[in-house]
Amino acid sequence: MIGGRQRFTPLQRMLHWLMALCILAMLFIGVGMVSTVMPKYLTLVSIHKPLGIAILVLALIRLAVRLRYGAPSLPADLPEPMKLAAQLSHYAFYVLMIAMPLIGWGMLSAAGYPVVLFGGAHLPAILPQSDSMHTLLWNAHFYLAFVLFALILLHVAAALFHALVRRDGVFDTMAFMSAHDEGAAAE
Amino acid sequence: MAAPRRSLAHSTFGSLVLIAVVIGACAAAFAYTAGWFTPQRLTPDKLVDAFMAPGGEPLGHRRNHAKGICFTGIFEANGAASALSQAQVFTHGQYPVLGRFNLGTADPNAPDATVRVRGMGLRIATPDGQEWRSAMIDPPFFPVSTPQAFYELLLASASKDPNAMQTFAAAHPEIATFGAWAKSAPWTGSYAEERYNGLNSFVFTDGSGAEHAVRWSLLPAAQPIPVSPDDLAKRGPDFLEQEIAERVRSGALRWTLVVSLANPGDPTADPSKAWPEDRRTVEVGTLVVQQIQAEPDGPCRDINFDPTVLPAGIRTSDDPFPAARSSAYAKSYDRRTAEAKYYPRTATDAKP
Repeated sequence: MIGGRQRFTPLQRMLHWLMALCILAMLFIGVGMVSTVMPKYLTLVSIHKPLGIAILVLALIRLAVRLRYGAPSLPADLPEPMKLAAQLSHYAFYVLMIAMPLIGWGMLSAAGYPVVLFGGAHLPAILPQSDSMHTLLWNAHFYLAFVLFALILLHVAAALFHALVRRDGVFDTMAFMSAHDEGAAAE
Repeated sequence: MAAPRRSLAHSTFGSLVLIAVVIGACAAAFAYTAGWFTPQRLTPDKLVDAFMAPGGEPLGHRRNHAKGICFTGIFEANGAASALSQAQVFTHGQYPVLGRFNLGTADPNAPDATVRVRGMGLRIATPDGQEWRSAMIDPPFFPVSTPQAFYELLLASASKDPNAMQTFAAAHPEIATFGAWAKSAPWTGSYAEERYNGLNSFVFTDGSGAEHAVRWSLLPAAQPIPVSPDDLAKRGPDFLEQEIAERVRSGALRWTLVVSLANPGDPTADPSKAWPEDRRTVEVGTLVVQQIQAEPDGPCRDINFDPTVLPAGIRTSDDPFPAARSSAYAKSYDRRTAEAKYYPRTATDAKP
C-alpha cells in the first residue's frame, strides 16, 4: 500500500463504482431469475452470463490496478479490529469477484451447456462434463452469492459509518466526487 | 448550553438509524426479488415439485419424461431452410446428433404400455460451435395454453379431490381437445413410428434480418402400424426400448424435419392451438438415428434438452412455454445431477 495518497486513483474509483453497479445488478438478476418461470427468466439469464464475464474481466483489471497503485492508508486512530475487518473484506471481495464468474462458467461447462454471450458468440468449456463437479459448483455459486451480498451490505454499512458517524475521510477516498475541495485540487 | 453535544449525539443516532434503514431496504429488495414475500409466485421449484411419481421423487432421474433411451446419429440438412434462418444447421451438410427417446411420465420405471405421450429430445451441433436443442412430443398440440395452467393441471391430476379434474377442465376448456386426442389417436408399437412435434413456436431470422414464426415436427419414414393398448400391455415393460434397439441394429432410422410457417394472426403464443393444415411447410432435412445406447451410461443422460438452447438465427417467440420449460428443466437437471449416486452408471446395477 502506498501511504501518502489521500484517495484512490480516478481509475480505481471509476472501476469501483462501475463494478458496484454491475455486481448489485448481477446478484438481483441471479436471485430473480432462479425464482421465476416467466419469459423474463430467459431475458435475465441472457444478461447474467455476459455480465458475469464482464465482471470477471473488470475484476482482473481492477486487481492489476490495485497491485500497481495500492490503497490510501486507513486513519491511524481506527481501532485495530476495524482495520483488520476492512483489510479482510477487501481480500474477500477480490476473491469473490474473480471466483464467482469462474464458478458460474465452470458450472455451465460441467453441465454441457453452451456459454453464450451476445449474438451467438460463445466461450469454450473450461471443465469436462461432470455431474459431481456441476453439483459442487452449483452449490458454491448459490451460497457464495449470498455471502457476497452479505459482504456488500456490511461494506455499505461500514462506508456509511465512516461517512456519517466517524467522518474520518475514509468514504472520501472512494467517493465519486470529493466532499472536500482538497481532493479535486490533488488531481 | 448543551445544544452542540446533544445535536451531535442526535446526529450520530440519526446516522445509525439511516444506515440501518439503507441496509434493511437493500436486504428487503433482495428478498423481494428472490420471491420470499410472494409465495404465490410460480417458481421452477414449485413446477418441478408438482410432478408426482408413484414411488416418490425419482432420485437421479429427470422429473418428467423420466424414462428414456439414448441415441446418436446425424442431421442431414438439405439447405431449404437457409432462406428462412441463418443458423448454420440449415446450410446443406451433415451435423452430429445426440438424442433421447422418452416417455411422458415422472416414473422412470413405468411400463411402456401405460404412458400415452412419447417424446424425443434432440441436440444438433454445428461446426461454428453452436447447438440447437429441442424436446418434442407426439401429440399434435399441448394440453393447455399457459405454464400456469400446466401447473394447475399437474396439481389437479395429483389431487385427492374427485372433482379436481372437472373443475380444472371447466376453467381450461382446451384440455378437452387433448383428452379427445389421448382417447382416439392410435397407439403404435415403436418409437420409430411416431411423429414428434415441437409444438412451441419459435422465430427464424434469415440473412436479410426478416423474421418468420415457425413450429417444427419430425415425420417418421417408418409407416405407423396401429396396435391396441391391450395388445401393448401384453408386451414387456420395456418393449419400446428393446424394439428400438433391435430396429436400429438392423438399419438406421429416418425422420423428415418439417418447418411450418405461421400466417399473420396465427396463435404463436398458444401451443394448445394447432395452426391450420394449409400453412406453408418446408422440408429442411433428415434426422438419421444410427445407434442406440442405454441411458445409465449413455451420452444423453446428463444432457438437458433445454428448448431455449438455440443457434443464432432461431430465437424464442411470444410463446411463454420455452422459458418455463427452460427454468424447470434446469431445476430438474440440478436435482438429478446432485442425486447421481441413486442412479448407478453401470447398466448392470441400474435396476433395483
